[in-house]
Amino acid sequence: MGVVTRGFGGRRPDPDRELPPGQFLTQDFPVLSAGPTPNVDEAHWQLEIHAETGEVHRWSWEQFLALPAQDVTTDIHCVTHWTKLGTTWRGVSLDTLFEDVETSADFVMAHSYGGYTTNLPLQDLLDGQAWVAFEFEGEPLDPVHGGPARLLVPHLYFWKSAKWLHGLVMQDDDEPGFWERNGYHLYGDPWLEQRYS
Amino acid sequence: MSDDAQRTDRLDGNAVAGALGAAYGIDVTLAVVRCVSCGHTDVVARTRVHLSPMGAVVRCAACDAVLVVVVERPDGTLVSSPGASWVRG
Repeated sequence: MGVVTRGFGGRRPDPDRELPPGQFLTQDFPVLSAGPTPNVDEAHWQLEIHAETGEVHRWSWEQFLALPAQDVTTDIHCVTHWTKLGTTWRGVSLDTLFEDVETSADFVMAHSYGGYTTNLPLQDLLDGQAWVAFEFEGEPLDPVHGGPARLLVPHLYFWKSAKWLHGLVMQDDDEPGFWERNGYHLYGDPWLEQRYS
Repeated sequence: MSDDAQRTDRLDGNAVAGALGAAYGIDVTLAVVRCVSCGHTDVVARTRVHLSPMGAVVRCAACDAVLVVVVERPDGTLVSSPGASWVRG
């Protein structure tokens, strides 16, 4: 299934397209992370969703790859001012992963292998807005860009798209993640230029 | 492809001496920091610093826990040190 998100411009993006305020175009894919790249072995990789009830939903790499996947073409916006147009990904929609999760909590803390965290409202992960991506530009996701699998939430600044995703933990309150505790915005909408708290 | 994170993994505490010195008012390269996570004490100059355009993350050389985070914001430098029991100048 193909998915087109806001700003889709095909394989040859229009350089005159409107960008979020304060952003400039890049053709590269700069690497940003808060620590060294963790060595995540797919044989031991697990993705977990923890509901506030204590219920845990868990997928091995094989189980995860057996889920229905989508091709996604989208622009991505980094808080450090670069925007990359028309990037292509393949991943599993969060709608699929949350299909059997019963929760009344409104917020999620994403946890990565290596210890990184970032907070998001649950409503920003559902309704075709977010994926757990495992391919970039037709290739398995490189570890420096978050492989084997990363969160992809392209309508928010890219620090919200946690690399090396390991788990999603439901939380009643919007507790801040790593960068959010250290001066960055709790939500991070690039169109509203929500860079800092 | 830009590779900022990989290029900067091997930096040490001297990389954040200016920002931390301004925040603490001491010569931090000679200062000693204690890790909350493992109790390791060491001079700041021997910590591991991961620089990215979002900020500098100072990690314990013994256990890799985050000691200090430095973020340059338009309204000033924000230094948080939840992983450091203390910094002694």
